[in-house]
This record gives sequence, structure tokens and C-alpha cells, in this order.
Amino acid sequence: MDHPALHGHSHKTHIEGSGGAGHAGYGAYGVGFALSVILTVAAFYPVMVPGTLPAGWIAPLIATLAVVQIFVHLVCFLHMSAGSEQRWNVTAFGFALLVVFILIGGSLWIMRSMSQGMADPDVPAVATQGHGNMSGGNMNGM
Amino acid sequence: MSPDSLVAHHGEFAEDHSHEPNNVFGFWLYLMTDCILFATLFAGFAVGRHQYAGDVSGHDIFDLKYVGVETALLLVSSSTYGFAMIGAYQHKLNQVLVWLGITFLLGAGFVGMEINEFHHLVAEGHGPDRSAFLSAFFTLVGTHGLHVTCGLLWMLVLVVQLTVLRKPLDTRYVNRLMCLSLFWHFLDIVWICVFSLVYLMGVR
Repeated sequence: MDHPALHGHSHKTHIEGSGGAGHAGYGAYGVGFALSVILTVAAFYPVMVPGTLPAGWIAPLIATLAVVQIFVHLVCFLHMSAGSEQRWNVTAFGFALLVVFILIGGSLWIMRSMSQGMADPDVPAVATQGHGNMSGGNMNGM
Repeated sequence: MSPDSLVAHHGEFAEDHSHEPNNVFGFWLYLMTDCILFATLFAGFAVGRHQYAGDVSGHDIFDLKYVGVETALLLVSSSTYGFAMIGAYQHKLNQVLVWLGITFLLGAGFVGMEINEFHHLVAEGHGPDRSAFLSAFFTLVGTHGLHVTCGLLWMLVLVVQLTVLRKPLDTRYVNRLMCLSLFWHFLDIVWICVFSLVYLMGVR
């Protein structure tokens, strides 16, 4: 069914071993589940019970716990590993991560610069007329 | 080698080994592009998440207990799909079907809760057309929900193939189950980002 051009690659991948996630027993899923429950509860608790943590700590905590939980899922559920048989999976993942960072970081940076430009009273921006206060003011809180 | 001999040779190869690593690796690459799709939606949400246009904010509309149950459904379903995969590797059809059934119910529960949440928001006049925040919210969370729905349909197709159509649980089907497992776990990872950025940071 595959295109003949894929043949060479197919052969190579086969020799290198599994092209996707590895196999695992109940242990990996159990550990992943337990860690995920702990990390999820740790993220929800300070938001649901105000006063647990200083307000300034909550956002960094949520972000950190999310990143840790993503890696727990990648290792325990998707069985990603640094082994040579998964080199191309990890390479593709790394590139996707790079694109994601440029996309999200770039969007936030550009839009923040734009809203600061619009909020600047010295710049006679068109947006300051009419609905200007709506689009300018709130953006700075990002 | 001429293209014809390549095809012929490839055919033999496919019969012997079902060239499973290639399929799964290809699906992995699809997931990476899906990851970028979600990144654009997250970027849009991050930019517009304080643009309420006089309508509600996340603090007004989100119920964290409700989101907590949704999160639990998806997380447990990730584990139960894992148990189905363990059964698949051991070629135990019954174990696969039982765990897939449980996974399907948990996933359906999640989609049902999300539809209910959306329905309430629209019914109360906070539809996606009210503000940039709501547009971004409905697009991001809705796209995730659509993915989960596709995963459920795919699960249904595989179960029908393995039961009604009596397909053997061979390497080919184990690989199909494997691709869906990657998809399912990937959606759980996207949900981690959704509940962290959209719900928790929105209510905070």
C-alpha cells in the first residue's frame, strides 16, 4: 500500500526497531496514573482553596506542574525514551516543540508590543479612537 | 532496481512483517503536526484571554469541580486504554474489548460534559460571538473535544472490526490499536495544557 519511495526508509526503520512507542506493563501505567493524580490535585488545590499560597506563586506553580505532568505522560503513557530505536520520534518531537515555542512565544511578544504601542499616548494610533480603551488596556495584563 | 521490482519486493516485506514501525512512526509525525495546530489555538487564546468586551471572564463562568471531573475522566481513560494495549500485546481479545469499552464510556462521559458546558454557556448568552475570550475559548476547547470525538469513533470502528467483522487480533490490528493509543494519550496531554491555561489560570 505504501509508496515505493518509502521502501528504503521502511527497511531501515525495521532494522532499527520499533518506530513508535515501546511496550510497557501495568507498572508504568500505575506510576503514571499516580503521579498524574498528585500533580493534577496539586495544580487544582491552590486555585480552589484561596489563601493556600501567595497569589503571585499560583501561575508559576500551575505552569511548572503542567510541564512536569506532560513529561510524566510522555514517559509513562507514550513510552517515549532516549533509546536509539526512538531517535526519529524524539527528533520529530523536539522539532515540534521548537515550532510550538516560536509560535506561542512569538504571538505573545508581537501582540504585547502591539498593545503597548496602542496604549502609548504619544503614538496617535487609530485604535485609540472609539474602542481603543478596550483593546489597549486589557492586553497589558497578559 | 526498477520501480516495479521495488514494489514487488516491498509487497513481500509487507506480508512478512506488516511494516508496522513505519505506520506507527508516520502516525507519530501526524501527532506532531496536530501539536502545532493546537499550539496556534493556544497562542490565539493566550493573546485574547483578557479581551472580555464587556462580557463574562473565566472567573465568572468556570466551575473547577466540573473541570476536575472532566480531567479525572480523561486521565482514568488514558490508564484504561493502557490496559487494553497490554492485552493487545498478549493477543488477548477479551481483555482488549473490555478495557476499550471502559475507555469509550469514560471518553463519552467527557465529551458529554463538554457539550453540556458549551450548551449552558450559549443558552445563557455567552456564546462564541460575544468576545475574543469566548471565541478563543470555544475554538480551543471545542477543537480538543472534536479530537476526542474522533478518537471515540475510531475506537468504535476498531471494536466493530474485531467483533462483528471477526478480524484477527494480529500485528496489523495491534498496530492500529497502538496508533489510537498514541492519539488518546496525546489528547490527554493537550487537556493538561487546557485545564492549566484556560481553566486554572482563568479562575485564579
